[in-house]
Amino acid sequence: MVTISVEIQLLFAGLLFLMGLIGLLVRRNIIYMLMSIEVMFNSAGLVFIIAGSRWGQTDGQVMFIFILAVAAAEVSVGLALILQMFYHYKTLDADELNKLRDNNDDSR
Amino acid sequence: MNTIFYIAALVALVSTVLAISGRNAIHSLLFLIVSLLAVSIIFFILGAPFIAALEVIVYAGAIMVLFIFVIMMLNVGLEKEMENKWLRPQMWIIPSILALILLVDFISMLKGMQYSKIQGQIVLPKQVGISLFTTYLLGVEISAMLLLAGIVGAYHLGKQKKKVIHRFLDKKEEILADEPE
Repeated sequence: MVTISVEIQLLFAGLLFLMGLIGLLVRRNIIYMLMSIEVMFNSAGLVFIIAGSRWGQTDGQVMFIFILAVAAAEVSVGLALILQMFYHYKTLDADELNKLRDNNDDSR
Repeated sequence: MNTIFYIAALVALVSTVLAISGRNAIHSLLFLIVSLLAVSIIFFILGAPFIAALEVIVYAGAIMVLFIFVIMMLNVGLEKEMENKWLRPQMWIIPSILALILLVDFISMLKGMQYSKIQGQIVLPKQVGISLFTTYLLGVEISAMLLLAGIVGAYHLGKQKKKVIHRFLDKKEEILADEPE
């Protein structure tokens, strides 16, 4: 019944995860970093759905629902933290948050 | 059927690249929504219609609206120029083209096949619900607690405090104020 091989589907999910990872590592704007984390969550859920469809079991979809709940909680707390960061530092640059660093002079 | 999968996958990849490489946060959010819609088409192809609906409702609906609210609240100093830019039509061309491709994709999929010909093995919402509330009941309760913690945490962190002084420093100030007398 499946005409697209599972490898290609998993390859697609892996590419999506890779893009989220690259975005998280490259961008310094903290909103973009949170968006990249969302992409990674989504691709992880896609892998669960692929596996559930491959074996015809419900477990994959149940796990996706849990991932959805975790993503919603994570986004609400993360966005509240971003708001606090903006109130305190007046910036969205993640590199500005280096108060706990040892030598602030030669940072970045 | 295969071409529909490949088109949706291509749209998802392209719009994700555009989303994480964009300069304007709102445009990136538009691309991210298109990417989520494409992934939900893939869920539908893979035989998970319930999850495809949840993806559109929760991800593209609720979570992205949260992002939009925060970006609007922060509004990092360029509001006038931003609004002028948003009103220009050329900003909307690429997202609309991608969304249009998805729409054509979806319509052709609905026309070209019976429901039973969806690829992969279809897992219907009823089975998912039964499994969710018997085998995974503990997980449901734990995720309910997680969501409660998320609500409380977001409320607590979202309050705008004027100044944060540790109680030790607070007492020290009192002691210092008392000393001259």
